[in-house]
Amino acid sequence: MKKNISLGLVLVMMMSLMVFASCAKKAPESEETPMGITTGTGEGAEAESEAERQRRIAEEEIAEDRARQAEEEKAKFLDTKIYFAFDDSSLSAEARETLLAQARWLKENRGRTVVVEGHCDNRGTEEYNLALGSRRAQSVKDFLVNAGVELSQIVTISYGEEKPAVRGNNEEAWAKNRRAEFRLR
Amino acid sequence: MKMLYPSTPSRCIKTAFLCLLIVLAMAGTSFANYDYINISDPFQKRIPMALPVPVSLSENQQTQQIAGSVADLLHRSLDFTGYFTLIDSRAFLDAPGRQGIATREINFKNWRDIGAELLITGGVRLEERILQLEFRLFDPFRQELVFGKRYTGEVSDLRKMVLRFCDEMISRLTGDFGVFNTKIAFASETQNGKAIYLCDFDGENLRRLTDGIHIALSPAWSPDGRSLAYTSYKNGKPDIFVRQVATGNEKLLADHEGLNITPAWVPPDGTRLAATLSFEGDEEIYLLTDSGKVDKRLTRSWGVDVSPAFSPDGKKMAFVSGRAGSPQVYVMNLETGRTSRLTFEGRYNTQPAWSPRGDRIAYSGMSGGESDIFVINADGSGLRQLTRNSGKNESPDWSPDGNMIVFSSTRKGDSSIYVMTASGSDQRPLVDMPGNQSLPAWSPPVAAP
Repeated sequence: MKKNISLGLVLVMMMSLMVFASCAKKAPESEETPMGITTGTGEGAEAESEAERQRRIAEEEIAEDRARQAEEEKAKFLDTKIYFAFDDSSLSAEARETLLAQARWLKENRGRTVVVEGHCDNRGTEEYNLALGSRRAQSVKDFLVNAGVELSQIVTISYGEEKPAVRGNNEEAWAKNRRAEFRLR
Repeated sequence: MKMLYPSTPSRCIKTAFLCLLIVLAMAGTSFANYDYINISDPFQKRIPMALPVPVSLSENQQTQQIAGSVADLLHRSLDFTGYFTLIDSRAFLDAPGRQGIATREINFKNWRDIGAELLITGGVRLEERILQLEFRLFDPFRQELVFGKRYTGEVSDLRKMVLRFCDEMISRLTGDFGVFNTKIAFASETQNGKAIYLCDFDGENLRRLTDGIHIALSPAWSPDGRSLAYTSYKNGKPDIFVRQVATGNEKLLADHEGLNITPAWVPPDGTRLAATLSFEGDEEIYLLTDSGKVDKRLTRSWGVDVSPAFSPDGKKMAFVSGRAGSPQVYVMNLETGRTSRLTFEGRYNTQPAWSPRGDRIAYSGMSGGESDIFVINADGSGLRQLTRNSGKNESPDWSPDGNMIVFSSTRKGDSSIYVMTASGSDQRPLVDMPGNQSLPAWSPPVAAP
């Protein structure tokens, strides 16, 4: 007998719990409007600042991404080299394509001045290579200006064969040394 | 006779001390002895010469030491010229010093028998710190004194005294001054950059002129031998500076936008310089005043124009131009403006240097990865190759007497400075130092001390 009573009690409690739970879920909805109108200022501000915080965190994350992206783009810009054929200052199709990307960066960064360095391999003679390096830097400058970069954003300098990228007396080294490099002023 | 040593204020004190006394009997003072060395081809036949160690004329140990140094320096200096074959002292029939050194004491037959066509005897006297050197040049076949000289000075003047005798001797034998009073400037790599260095004609007295931090290159002597013009990156880009060698005073000559490179003084007076500038967008050669103002543009061609080199009278300019698609040497007549191409052999000919006699131009020509020194007559005839199969041989320059050529070579790995006779014989290194050396420039006869 006693067992039956207690079982019935548990059953009743469970049912009433369920009813309470469903009521509790609905309760705030029905109560919110009047509360908000009358006395809810304090609680409402808290909710707003929470939303603001969420928004600010999200914004900061995006800004960080942009900064990182800008750094990457700048690094890529500075890492880019334009290569030339022996005793030649003309731009290959590949060089032109690369330079379009360089021009894009410079146009997005109008405040920056770039120094275009012209370099040569060590096969020619030093003085002629100084002049050749100057022509290589000038070729790059001309292309960038034609691609819409401000003239005032570009300075050229020739190092001839004085600053090789790699040491060596073979075609591999020579090819790496016949180049234009970019640095920011 | 040419004045060999115009005295200058800065040298007066030294010169006064190094008083030069001509006290010896001089049979041949009035006539020149130019028939010993054929100036048009001086290296056709080397003159066998005997050079016994000078005799000690004072009784002390230092005198003997000095005699040894004098013999050594005399030997090296005369050997340097390429005119002489110095006979091995073991072949001498007369022991050095046993016989006297004056004409009547010489047994000419003993020197003739070993084939000596010239003989130099010397004497060293050191008394109360005053050094006296006397030298006599003999012709054993004519059995006569060619000339004799006595020099008095301090022990520290030894090198100068010996080299003056050498200069005098070459002047007597060739009718031209020697190279013993000249210097050679060149560029050499330093830890972080490249600097201008200076040494005597034989590589002695090596010293650095520019800071060694920045890149400096292309030294060019003023016609009076007192100043060097060169390119330096010390202001962040290639500009031209002029330095007084004796004082070290340096001034900026040209810093136009772009390139300021390959300076060359216009002879004979050196009141103007030529250089390659690119401020108008193309690498062209301009004339500058000695204060650096642009006086006149000399070249007008699309492409590189670089490396001006003037004929001794300053009326013609050799230079390098890429106008035909590859670098070649051209000659411009500065009076008419007419330009003609000088080099046609090979696809890469640069670095012209006009000989002091005005008849020839040396340059470096490249084929494949190798370069060689060539000499061509100023009219384009008579091309001769002076180096071969020895790496990159570049940047020739003439000794002021026109008998030798200094150049750079990679024959032993790094680029070093070498010297050879103007016919290409006797190629040997000038200085032994680490890193790459390049762009040698031989001074005029009277270089700054």
